[in-house]
Amino acid sequence: MKSLVRVFAVMRKELRQLSRDRLTFGMIIGMPLLQLLLFGYAINTDVRNLSAAYVDEADSHLSRQLIADMGAAQVVTFGQRVASPGELVALLDAGGISVGVAIPDDFDRRVIARDRPALQLLVDGTDPIVLGVAERLAAIPLGFDSQTGIEERQRMIEVRNFYNPERRSAVNIVPGLVGVVLTMTMVLFTSVAVVREKERGNLELLINTPVRSTELMLGKIVPYIVIGLIQLALILAVGRTVFAVPIMGSEWQVLLASLVFICANLSLGLLISTVAASQFQAMQMTFFVFLPSILLSGFMFPFEGMPEIAQGIAEILPLTHFNRLIRGIVLRGADISMMARDMAALGVFTAAALTLAIARFNKRLD
Amino acid sequence: MKDSAEFAIRARGLTRRFGSLVAVNEVDLDIPTGRIYGFLGPNGSGKSTTIRMLCGLLRPSAGRATVLGLDAARDSEALKNRIGYMTQSFSLYQDLSVGENLQFIGEIYAIPRRERRRRVGELLSRYNLAGREGQRAGALSGGQRQRLALAAAVMHRPQLLLLDEPTSAVDPSNRRDFWEGLFELAERGTTILVSTHYMDEAIRCHNLAILDRGVKVADGSPRALGESIGTHVVEVRADNADAAHLALGKIPRIVSLTRLGSRLRAQIPKRIAEPLAIVGEALRNAGIEAEINTVFPDLEDIFVAVTELREHGRDGRESGGTPIRDSVIPRGAAESRAETAPARSRDYARDDGKGEHEGHMEGSER
Repeated sequence: MKSLVRVFAVMRKELRQLSRDRLTFGMIIGMPLLQLLLFGYAINTDVRNLSAAYVDEADSHLSRQLIADMGAAQVVTFGQRVASPGELVALLDAGGISVGVAIPDDFDRRVIARDRPALQLLVDGTDPIVLGVAERLAAIPLGFDSQTGIEERQRMIEVRNFYNPERRSAVNIVPGLVGVVLTMTMVLFTSVAVVREKERGNLELLINTPVRSTELMLGKIVPYIVIGLIQLALILAVGRTVFAVPIMGSEWQVLLASLVFICANLSLGLLISTVAASQFQAMQMTFFVFLPSILLSGFMFPFEGMPEIAQGIAEILPLTHFNRLIRGIVLRGADISMMARDMAALGVFTAAALTLAIARFNKRLD
Repeated sequence: MKDSAEFAIRARGLTRRFGSLVAVNEVDLDIPTGRIYGFLGPNGSGKSTTIRMLCGLLRPSAGRATVLGLDAARDSEALKNRIGYMTQSFSLYQDLSVGENLQFIGEIYAIPRRERRRRVGELLSRYNLAGREGQRAGALSGGQRQRLALAAAVMHRPQLLLLDEPTSAVDPSNRRDFWEGLFELAERGTTILVSTHYMDEAIRCHNLAILDRGVKVADGSPRALGESIGTHVVEVRADNADAAHLALGKIPRIVSLTRLGSRLRAQIPKRIAEPLAIVGEALRNAGIEAEINTVFPDLEDIFVAVTELREHGRDGRESGGTPIRDSVIPRGAAESRAETAPARSRDYARDDGKGEHEGHMEGSER
């Protein structure tokens, strides 16, 4: 009973302080919105209109038709026509174009004979995304009767695009962003919240009162759970209205997965706070966790493509598991029971971090 | 424990080391119940460390302390409800109001709601904070902050109050109000341990321990301490105090010389029967007219006698003929005083007795 009074006392105090800290309050709302707009609009892996140039030494009906087809596909925009393949290479070197199309003078003969490649694409491969996009150009049918060409190709291998028929990046990014924003704000807020008390001397007063470590930690965590849920709702709502990302699965399951994930991050924040000596150190440590989270969790790059060591590290990070959960539920409409392993991983992480944090937080100065 | 009623605090051989540094060195304490007991010493003398050991914030490296009949290190949690502790720097929440701070402290001690409200009101009026409930603690003046901190420290009606330099940032008139509050508490039976580096504050205590570099060098009532020191104190009033300072500085049997505006206070070992004769002769030889009297040692004389003279064995037990190091007493250094003030210089005016730094000792920060 007394314990509960103390937990509520700490909670109320925390909320009061939070409501007076305009910067933090602004971050709660501002950070998700800003990231949502940045990632949603700016990051687009579905690249279009790459700058390109071509050399057409054949200058036949067929070659002109091909250049027109390529332009119509909107993958490249031809800026200029040059006289020789050497000039294409020079343009590529100078960074003036990303793709060069070189059509040799015996182009028509090669198309008919099919004995050698009919033309060359010169691609700036430093950006793998550009390379990937340019390779789509290679799928453009060649031949005097283009209609038959398309059919031949499509019959060989058919790609069925599940869950994201329009190939929009936002669909992948919005649910992933829930995890990224929550990782950043939850870990940062809690670690700073405790370290700030240390820095301002409040902690020396608190540890001289009967308040227990567990009560203090709980009182500090609960307000941020609420804040995390507000952010979750905000991102999913904006994602739905602005980026038209639907929630295919159950909202309750989204809530459940997010709750466990929020707790994992808050526990991590508390753990950081018991190690860090200043708010600045707490921030540094937060970014130490944040960067691998954003890079390795599958938010940016597919998890399967990473080397085993990176995958191993990623398995420790809560964001990896949450990304699987939230993408599964929101995009594929999967049931949470199908991903019990990831839920369990988050639970174990929370328990371990919280136990460590409480054990490390002692009511002494030495 | 047997003596717990008579003594609020008993310590034997209390020692605390930080690495190779001995912050507190084998301190014995017997602090009677219901008294105001002072710790006097410069910064770094081990006052704060001792207080932190007594309230269980630091574990002693050796020795033990019994506080209110309980072991300070082992039973620190049980003690929290019976001890009030006021930290050196203001440690309440600056972004909460006066009322919210007190309410929070009341909740942390799990004082029932009605009783809590009554006590908050009572404390606000007793410590002259009525009408300021809604003001942010960060916007209070130094004196108001200290009164608020005291109110928070006695919210749970502790039997023992530990105050670590409570008035270091408070002007003299507010300091007097603060001390009125302490006497009131002592009258109701609260034992108070207060550390200070102000002489005028230490003199108000019933009993006093003087700490110097971690060692307790004197202990007793201010009166008893004055009687026990090994030196006579001769006060010299001269129009040309500079010349008198210079002349007396050459006399080896004067072990300490303190300049106070137009007055000088000289300490001469008790073993010498005619202190006035020595001073008189020295001044006559220099052709200086002055009024000289033997006086009862004030706290500063006591402090000088037990700290600065102690380390050099000059408390009267030894011959007064050995030369005195300049670093000990700034005598004979009158000429160079303007350029290089000695580290422990005590040459300051305190004629008005109101200065902020009255009796304020300088020392190395620890």
